[in-house]
Amino acid sequence: MNRRLDGMRRMLATVRQTKGVPKWMLYAGVGIVGLFVFLAIFAPIVAPYGFDQVTSGGVRFPKQAHPDSTHLFGTTVQSTDVLSRVIWGSRTAIEVVVLSLIFSLIIGVPLGLFSGYIGGKLDRVLVLIMDALFAFPYLLLAIVIAFLLSDKIGQGIVTAAIAITVVYVPQYFRVVRNHVISVREETYVDAARALGAPRRTIIRRYVFANVIQNVPVIATLNAADAILTLAALDFLGYGIQPTQAAEWGYDVSRAIDDAGAGIWWTGVWPGLAIVLLVTGFTLVGEGLNDVLNPIIRYRRIKRPEIPAEETS
Amino acid sequence: MSGAAILSLRGLRVWYGTEGDPVRAVDGVNLELHSGQTLGLVGESGCGKSTLGRSVVGLLPEAAAIAGEVSYEGRDLAGLSPKEMRALRGPDLGLIFQEPMTRLDPLVTIEHHFRETIRTHEPGIDRKEVRRRSLEALAGMGIPPTRFEQYPHEFSGGMRQRIMIALALVLNPKVLVADEPTTALDVIVEAQILGILADLRRNFDTALLLITHNLGIVAEACDRVAVMYAGKIVEEGDARDVFAKPAHPYTRELLRSTISLETTGLHYIPGAPPNLIDPPPACRFHPRCPSAMKVCADIHPVEVAPSPGRRVSCWLHGPEGQIPPGGTAPLERGEIALAEEA
Amino acid sequence: MHGQGTSLRTYVLTRLALAVPTVFVLLTLVFLLMRVAPGDPISAALGGHVSQQELAKRRHAAGYDKPILEQYATYMGDAVTGNLGTTLTDHRSIGSILSENGTATLELSVIAFIIALAVGIPVGVLAGRFRDTPIDVGGRLFGIVVYAAPVFFTGFLAQLLFGSALGWLPTSGRVGPITEFTLDKTTHIYLLDTVIAGDWSAFWDVVKHLILPAVTLGLLISGIIIRLVRVNLLQTMKGDYVEAARARGISERRVVMQHAFRNALVPVVTVAGLQFAILLGGAILTEETFNWPGIGGELVRYLNNRDYIAVQGIITVFAIAVVLISVVIDLVNAFIDPRVRYG
Repeated sequence: MNRRLDGMRRMLATVRQTKGVPKWMLYAGVGIVGLFVFLAIFAPIVAPYGFDQVTSGGVRFPKQAHPDSTHLFGTTVQSTDVLSRVIWGSRTAIEVVVLSLIFSLIIGVPLGLFSGYIGGKLDRVLVLIMDALFAFPYLLLAIVIAFLLSDKIGQGIVTAAIAITVVYVPQYFRVVRNHVISVREETYVDAARALGAPRRTIIRRYVFANVIQNVPVIATLNAADAILTLAALDFLGYGIQPTQAAEWGYDVSRAIDDAGAGIWWTGVWPGLAIVLLVTGFTLVGEGLNDVLNPIIRYRRIKRPEIPAEETS
Repeated sequence: MSGAAILSLRGLRVWYGTEGDPVRAVDGVNLELHSGQTLGLVGESGCGKSTLGRSVVGLLPEAAAIAGEVSYEGRDLAGLSPKEMRALRGPDLGLIFQEPMTRLDPLVTIEHHFRETIRTHEPGIDRKEVRRRSLEALAGMGIPPTRFEQYPHEFSGGMRQRIMIALALVLNPKVLVADEPTTALDVIVEAQILGILADLRRNFDTALLLITHNLGIVAEACDRVAVMYAGKIVEEGDARDVFAKPAHPYTRELLRSTISLETTGLHYIPGAPPNLIDPPPACRFHPRCPSAMKVCADIHPVEVAPSPGRRVSCWLHGPEGQIPPGGTAPLERGEIALAEEA
Repeated sequence: MHGQGTSLRTYVLTRLALAVPTVFVLLTLVFLLMRVAPGDPISAALGGHVSQQELAKRRHAAGYDKPILEQYATYMGDAVTGNLGTTLTDHRSIGSILSENGTATLELSVIAFIIALAVGIPVGVLAGRFRDTPIDVGGRLFGIVVYAAPVFFTGFLAQLLFGSALGWLPTSGRVGPITEFTLDKTTHIYLLDTVIAGDWSAFWDVVKHLILPAVTLGLLISGIIIRLVRVNLLQTMKGDYVEAARARGISERRVVMQHAFRNALVPVVTVAGLQFAILLGGAILTEETFNWPGIGGELVRYLNNRDYIAVQGIITVFAIAVVLISVVIDLVNAFIDPRVRYG
């Protein structure tokens, strides 16, 4: 158990020691993501209204109203409050991302681990399948899967999450597998093998701990992509049913009609939310990569002062 | 050996910055190199010899600070602008690296490398002349002209090192620094390369600084040898003399540690290489020296010349007058500590 | 040692040969994907609109009542010979969809890709060369934000600015209605067609319509390219051969541009080429946003109409295109990097 955490501990230590540009990227990114996670969790409290609420106190909201004190971000053509929908949209986004992350990790990482370590026919077949999936234009794949699934289990958060998972599993698989292949030839693994350790133990203790370091970077960058994919799905109408939850992409798709009339608030706020959250995740991913990737890690070291020679 | 030194280091100190205290890689070195002379610089890994070699050519990393004087043909290199320094690199000061496999750009041919190198320093030169000189340099290294337009990955390690040497020599530098040029190569190739380097002093009057941890190479190819320990030169002299009669205990221990066909038992110097961030006080070798005296731990040895052309930094050679009373008594110390990391 | 020419040729042939099994796997994947849907395409598309008898007749005609392996064989055979069939709902041949809408997507994707490279590579190089300076931070931030903005949002903003407020550039469609009717569509690549016809006002019309979608998509992809070029440049600048070149007195500028940059391009070419797959995916969104009559838009339409034959045909085309692209990438790689040729 200790060994598994050792890798994580070392990684966290490196992160804490970092200075300069990567530090600020990480802080900014974590801050942004944290904000949205907060909004997602506390949506019922923070949002002034429900995501499809059109009345309050018996009075119907105005249609496409300009932002004002009662509706800080204005209202849509369906009389829903834009601010509330943006906040509730955070919940949708975070839920889908977390779900797809869990699915991808549960499927992609073990597959990569075993495929890379055991090799042979299993490995070759898996690599072929994963490469084929990887080669597919991702949005196409997501759309088709979402479409097919919606016939079976309806259009909801789980469907969207599964569609996104299918698109990103090959990435986790590939990265983990490649790393496993390079690690398994290392001497310490050889030593463990020579000592007679069973395969599962070797994988669990040595390979896993080492490989796991790669995952956070990919996970954050994938989270960024996942949000974009989700928004795209919703924009095209294959994502989440509007009756089930608020989603930013859907809101923008509805807002396009408004653009002609110069109504900007229905599209700008949800759109900005997407940009902000994706940027947040990307900043975390890039920051982590700068810190952890030994190839481009860069500790700014100052040139020392050499004191004048003392005659001893 | 011509009169004035073509390259002269005085009080050279090169310290690397770290997150904590600086690493004193080179900590007060005086050295002279003459044209047509080969000087071997030996020492353990991590004693600062590579840093010394690079400071001659001015190729130190950002985090390195340099103090003292590096004079080439009488000019202090520290005063030069980066552009002037760059102009010297190649036609005046050359550097050969240790690992040849990765030192050539894999995307371009050997011809391209030569053309680029020559044209950088002689822009007006015409293609035919570039080709002639390059082929000549390569021929000197035993590389046939038919391979001139091939790519680096088509050559073996030994051949790549020879190409690197040819690239360095094609500009006829007056001073050439070879940093462990044969460490990554097998013995047969090593012999070839050493032969080539040995010829340099005869054919071109080049001053060669040969950096290595292998004493055998020095014995074979060098006129003089300087022994380096913990950032300082502890002994210097004619190669044959130093090896026949080493003056410094470290040199003596190094020689005893080398393995030959007659070796029956392994000899090693106890203790670990010194910490360059916080080196031992006074004589830096005293914690590991079998002949250490009390004065060795108190006062830094004064450099003396036990015979003409020889210098050594060790209290065993005096000067007697500067040793305080009782200083010559053997140094008492506990078990020689092993390195912190096992 | 072989001469350069023969080994490059051998590489090309080997690579093309290797493409075959990949296409095979992809097509199988498509086949399976299409069969996952409950029932069969014909019932899905026409069920409820025609009688049961008619349905059965059509199913039989299209071969959907045959055993699955036979269907597989027919599908693969058809795909390879280029006979992808006709759509169910509006009886267009897949071929015509390709030549009309496929070219629209192609035109858009190629221009967008060029923009992506033209912006991405220089910014990436500057960011890497001047690491951790404001140039670097600015360039990276630009790349990140530009990628984070979904195409449809940028499209929305464009609509706002140009549609209602400024109106210089059209925000919808591939050409204006006049050009649509008068243009002689020989290649279906409108940029070329207008030049061939010598019709300069039409050419201008085409360009005006191309600007917004191509720039939107291109900038998005440039975000990825910036990151890619920067990271690879940082890596190659640490290379041993870079240091060795400096030791020979070669100028910093030359060292970076000639040696570090060109070596950095090698992995970039591979990944950038794969971005083309993203481009095709991104094109769907862009086409929807700007009403660009491309193949992505058609896909969406047929999907909504449950015209699985059409969907299958279009996806098959995409799959083959992706394989072709990866072959091209490998060939470009072999051209740049001599080490690749010797396998």
